[in-house]
Amino acid sequence: MSNDANTQDTWEGPVLEIDGLCISYFVRSGEIPAVVDFSLTLAPGESVGLVGESGCGKSTVALAIMRYMGSNGGIVGGTVKFKGRDMAEMSEEELRQLRGSQIAMIYQEPMAALNPSVTIGKQLMEVPMIHKDALPAEARKLAIQMLADVHLPDPERVMDAYPHQISGGQQQRVVIAMALLGEPALLLLDEPTTALDVTVEAGIVELIAELSRKFNTSLLYISHNLGLMLEVCDRIGVMYSGEVVESGHIDSIFEWPKHPYTHGLFGCIPLPHADKNARPLVAIPGQLPLPHERPTGCNFGPRCNFFEEGVCNTAQIAMEAVDTDDDDAHQVRCKRWSDLDHEAVIPKGPEHAPVELGDFVLEIDSMQKYYEVHDTSVKAMFTGGSVKYVKANEELNFKAREGETVAIVGESGCGKSTFAKVLMGLETATDGNVRHAGKEIGGMAVKDRSPQQLGSLQMVFQNPNDTLNPSLTIGSQISRVIRKFGVESDPVKVRELVLKLLDTVKLPREFEWRKPRQLSGGQKQRVGIARAFAGNPSMVIADEPISALDVSVAAAVTELLMDIQRESKTTLLFISHDLSAVRYLADRVVVMYLGQIMERGTTDEVFSPPYHPYTEALLSAVPIADPSVNKRRIVLEGNLPSVMDPPKGCPFSTRCPRHLGEICDTRVPEVQFNADRHGIACHIDMNELRKVEPVITLKETAAAE
Amino acid sequence: MTELSKTITPAESTGTAFMRALKSFTLLKESPIAMVGAGLVAFWILVAIFAPLIAPFDPLAIIKPFAKIATVDAKSGVTMWLGGDNLGRDILSRIIWGSRTVLIYAPLATFTAYVVGIMMGLAAGYHRGWWDTILSRIGDIVLSFPVLILYIIVIATFGASGFNIVIAITFASAPGIMRIVRGLVLDLRNRDYVAAAQTRGESALYVMLVEILPNARGPLIVDACVRLGYVIITIGVLGFLGLGLPPPDPDWGGMINEGRKMAMIFPHMTIMPCIAISSLVLGFNLLADGLREISLRD
Repeated sequence: MSNDANTQDTWEGPVLEIDGLCISYFVRSGEIPAVVDFSLTLAPGESVGLVGESGCGKSTVALAIMRYMGSNGGIVGGTVKFKGRDMAEMSEEELRQLRGSQIAMIYQEPMAALNPSVTIGKQLMEVPMIHKDALPAEARKLAIQMLADVHLPDPERVMDAYPHQISGGQQQRVVIAMALLGEPALLLLDEPTTALDVTVEAGIVELIAELSRKFNTSLLYISHNLGLMLEVCDRIGVMYSGEVVESGHIDSIFEWPKHPYTHGLFGCIPLPHADKNARPLVAIPGQLPLPHERPTGCNFGPRCNFFEEGVCNTAQIAMEAVDTDDDDAHQVRCKRWSDLDHEAVIPKGPEHAPVELGDFVLEIDSMQKYYEVHDTSVKAMFTGGSVKYVKANEELNFKAREGETVAIVGESGCGKSTFAKVLMGLETATDGNVRHAGKEIGGMAVKDRSPQQLGSLQMVFQNPNDTLNPSLTIGSQISRVIRKFGVESDPVKVRELVLKLLDTVKLPREFEWRKPRQLSGGQKQRVGIARAFAGNPSMVIADEPISALDVSVAAAVTELLMDIQRESKTTLLFISHDLSAVRYLADRVVVMYLGQIMERGTTDEVFSPPYHPYTEALLSAVPIADPSVNKRRIVLEGNLPSVMDPPKGCPFSTRCPRHLGEICDTRVPEVQFNADRHGIACHIDMNELRKVEPVITLKETAAAE
Repeated sequence: MTELSKTITPAESTGTAFMRALKSFTLLKESPIAMVGAGLVAFWILVAIFAPLIAPFDPLAIIKPFAKIATVDAKSGVTMWLGGDNLGRDILSRIIWGSRTVLIYAPLATFTAYVVGIMMGLAAGYHRGWWDTILSRIGDIVLSFPVLILYIIVIATFGASGFNIVIAITFASAPGIMRIVRGLVLDLRNRDYVAAAQTRGESALYVMLVEILPNARGPLIVDACVRLGYVIITIGVLGFLGLGLPPPDPDWGGMINEGRKMAMIFPHMTIMPCIAISSLVLGFNLLADGLREISLRD
């Protein structure tokens, strides 16, 4: 054992070598292959990314490396070597020694990775105490040092805190600290920032890169986000349906993708050059095959535009090196990659004429929504108690025209969902005016609104699994809306309308009889859209409608929304945290922070200087999957302040990199107008703000093309 | 309720309901525990249905007091397989006829307790605020009362009858059911499809009954099976305390009570109805376990 430990400490070869790994799950109906023929070599200090849509097997790979497959999973072929030793030959005890010390894993949900009933200090100290036999005092010192290394303010205080007492971003930093305390040679990161806000994500990504340099840790990064991969990885593997379809150096893959699936993925992402009218997104047709229904030959075959009978569907396809001089530089699993003209492969959607905007449909004027919070503690009962207000929305002002897409952008807790609730009548505004189609609705709850009013203002929800009642069929859920809003009452005509709506959202008519559980996430979201448009609404509020969907599905749903909007001239209020999607589809953007509007204007105005400092930081934080784009890095310090106790002056003053001084902390800034209807709420003089460099610029070479 | 029936066309609902029943049955077959439970329950249901055909004697007929197990009746030549009680009635026949009492009143009492509990739970969980405070406190008060005393008060006030047994059990069980329903509703009311129903102006009753209740059915069905078992025990206890059906109708709890004083000398008078109660309760509990196992698996 000590001998092995020595060889492992002095090992200089690759940290991880995976060769031909095959993983299967065994279920009632038989064996389901989850991952087939997976190979990977990871050098010390290198970071490799695995990217793919849900269900492609990327997390299974990470679990197999940890040899932590659960009761029904098993490795059915291939080898995994860690520092030259085959992990299959290691005993359970040796594996336990490795896990947590040599190989560490970071999961998506930081709260689920931390024990809620044990202080953070105790949880951190366990690592050196178990793996290095450290004494408690020593372990404590190491833990505090590590908390400082992950840039947590006041490590001593964090040591005594419980997980729920710190924010999500801080929790993820603690999880990273815990993973690094064992001084691992290999760190597996499974969607480590997916649950976090973009500005927090930017900080975590930078931290991981910094720490991996410092400790020379190899990283295996798993994510669905191609933009993030470009920022953090040296090499990348694109997975599809259990197989790596393309792998190689990050630049090579992003600049010269060879596999049709990779091309398809790039066509689905709203990159800066995409435009909803001139260059719309192109979704990949079809759906991911179920693991037990995979076709012979190329798994992507049925969805591929370049599928050739007899070539693509005969036998399993092996990885082929693109560059014959350097095998590892770029490999692709496609029979036809060398025949394809990769310039022409790039999918291009049909062009559309821009929608003509009509009159103002929605006018929001100084709208406020406060929640009362009663202090019910015993102390408050004696002192008379005090009522606190959560200022979810403060002074909202903006207008939307018929046929316009207005995006409301902001991170969690900025009050965008509360605003949607007020519009829908699930809450009533505390003060101010909300006029929809000329009628005041801010103070009107759902029960006071007429069926026409309800029908003309509908909503598309975020979570596809939550948006439909699991007990009712799709048809009955849509027909209920049609009857409820008085669109049609004759049963035959109602059914016709239901079928027509299913056609509109491009779902087969048989779906009328299906239950939601028989549908995929994207299909459910389409039904949600059909339901929202069933009452012929003049305005639809879409609350993060695509954030829970895979990229290719999200592209299809986005295009669907745009198509229906173009046809019915509906005003779309698009609530999102995803600036890439917003840039792609919005005409106007409203940037919110802590219940207040920081900046509003047309999309071009908001995405170019002058910026509000928060918009600037937000733009910088969003990863962009395009190597031809240069981005200025701005990483925000600190956390989002509590809505219970917001800053007295500008809400952004506690984290603002352009903080002026006292005035920011004490006085709420006035809105300054750069152009007609482009307002920025900031104390910095507009002339100063105009001098700010753009955050996103195209590189010289790309610009010259 | 007319609104509900309109939403689903008849052809579709029968088709899927039948398929679903078929599917749950095939699933049930995969859990041996559930199959044993279902077998026990089915056995007693068949016994209750065919009581007049399979009972060897009239349950009220006096044949031979304190007859031992497997005594042959001299008059008719029929064997008293489980012996006779202190009045000379055939125990086997009384158990067979007694199963009818249990299998009518236990499901009936459980059902009414569920109707009341679900209504309270829906109202408390959906409206929250004052509704929740008042209903939950009422529930707490009932639950904090010793159940037996509660039964004695109810039955002593209204008299011993099948109907009053149902009332007493409903009164005592509804608060527990309310708590379960309330918990489920508190989770389900935050679903987007509930918000969607609210934003199209559906009434609170529609949202509760169509959008929320059907989606809480899984845990409720499992709980109903367990609770049915407890209600059977309760009916036995009431019979034992003399608060059950008035004699001479055969009633398992009452039979145990009658045999109690002579349990040392004639143990079969108490043991036989005890076995009957336990096997039926065990049946329901195993069925619930199996259902839970199946529901967790997929």
